Amino acid sequence: MNSGIGIKRRGFIAGLLGLAAAGCTKVAESRAGKSIFDAAERWHAGAHRLLGGRTALAPEYTPAEISPFFRGNGTLNPSSDAYQASLAGNFTDWRLEVRGLVRHPLTFTLDNIRALPQRTQITRHDCVEGWSAIGQWTGPQLSLLLDAAGVREDARYIVFRCADTLAGGAYYESIDMIDAYHPQTIVAHLLNDEPLPVRNGAPLRMRVERQLGYKHPKYLTAIEAVASLEDIGGGQGGYWEDRAGYQWYAGI
Amino acid sequence: MSDRPAPKRAKHALITRLWHWINLACVVVLFMSGLNISNAHRRLYWGDWGFAPEQAWLSVPRFPGWATIPGHYDLAEARDWHNLSAWIFAVTLLVMWLSMLANRHFQRDLVTHRIEWKPSAIWDDIRRHLKFDFDHGEGKYNFLQRVAYGLVLGVFLPMMIFTGMAISPGLEPAWGWFVELVGGRQSARSLHFLFAWAIAGFLIIHVLLVIAHKPLDLMKAMITGGREDE
Repeated sequence: MNSGIGIKRRGFIAGLLGLAAAGCTKVAESRAGKSIFDAAERWHAGAHRLLGGRTALAPEYTPAEISPFFRGNGTLNPSSDAYQASLAGNFTDWRLEVRGLVRHPLTFTLDNIRALPQRTQITRHDCVEGWSAIGQWTGPQLSLLLDAAGVREDARYIVFRCADTLAGGAYYESIDMIDAYHPQTIVAHLLNDEPLPVRNGAPLRMRVERQLGYKHPKYLTAIEAVASLEDIGGGQGGYWEDRAGYQWYAGI
Repeated sequence: MSDRPAPKRAKHALITRLWHWINLACVVVLFMSGLNISNAHRRLYWGDWGFAPEQAWLSVPRFPGWATIPGHYDLAEARDWHNLSAWIFAVTLLVMWLSMLANRHFQRDLVTHRIEWKPSAIWDDIRRHLKFDFDHGEGKYNFLQRVAYGLVLGVFLPMMIFTGMAISPGLEPAWGWFVELVGGRQSARSLHFLFAWAIAGFLIIHVLLVIAHKPLDLMKAMITGGREDE
């Protein structure tokens, strides 16, 4: 008797919560709901920039704090023939283009990238799912490449093109000029003093240290300066943003 | 006219009532969307980092759809709900704290006194609660009530905001000292989870005690304001 009522009551509460959740989905899918969410995201970004400033640094750690293994996520080994051939040839044919709204489009080999002034930083990688790993990354600052190419005044975003596809879609990401010129935003080719493992983005990946992991694209092939994100991919500024509605500002 | 008794004060100020219900809505949305976010990675760690079972101090169960917002696994939408209601939750809590200091609700009704912390006094209070006698003590609330409300308003709810801020990588450049204070980002995430359940525990006890006492009168007072002597 007692347990019967207990189950009924639990069913009732579950029903109420389910109703609330269904209502929430309706709100979230409405245009007003979406614009409120977008506004909240902008307030977070604005508050972060206001409190931390444009160039405040993400924490850096000591070598003793490096995780014994750096977990990979998303694509762990791009399956395309071109990537596999490049991997077999130790990436000697890999090219990184800097293009779009720049005065001098450039193409870098890995040797070119290694010859630039390098920054080494031991930082924490935070996945949107919740886990974290600490690793030491080395590579030139993105600002060096952008200055060499001469970014035009009308460029507002930097788009990163990648060699990997997930579920048939090409991976890409984008950041604004503040993060693009942030001192810790580097094009990494070393992890813990070794060439990047394939699971972590060999041969090149971005580090955008004040944002979550999906903003650090791997298998980097091109850096593109653009005025708008509307005509790129699904128009939301990144693979996960297009596909699953992830927040473009991933500093939260 | 002049000998008419002065109108009695409302038991709950308007700001208290507004905050109470807005905060309830925020806590429910934050908790349920938080359970959805928890489903994205169901392990908790201490320290700065952690990603594998061998580093975890707790494996969290998968929370069913009826307990999450939205009702199916959707990390992006859950984060949208979480990040929006976090603003309302944090700003209204700040407003509530400023107003209850300004209108002296805190000093008058919530502060405890040293004499009440004597073990014998606390034990006496617990015994009265066990006998369903809640209207003892001098002020508006008895000792255990004031301790519970003080703990929720002063520790549990603010800690949700602070540990939430400590999980956020975009805020950390400005906020690094706090992340260090709680022992690293993964510690902050673990504390965020623990305080969320502490608040859920408070909510359940709070509702049960209201039901056990005078549910209709207490609900009415928290909506209309009620009268001071009720």
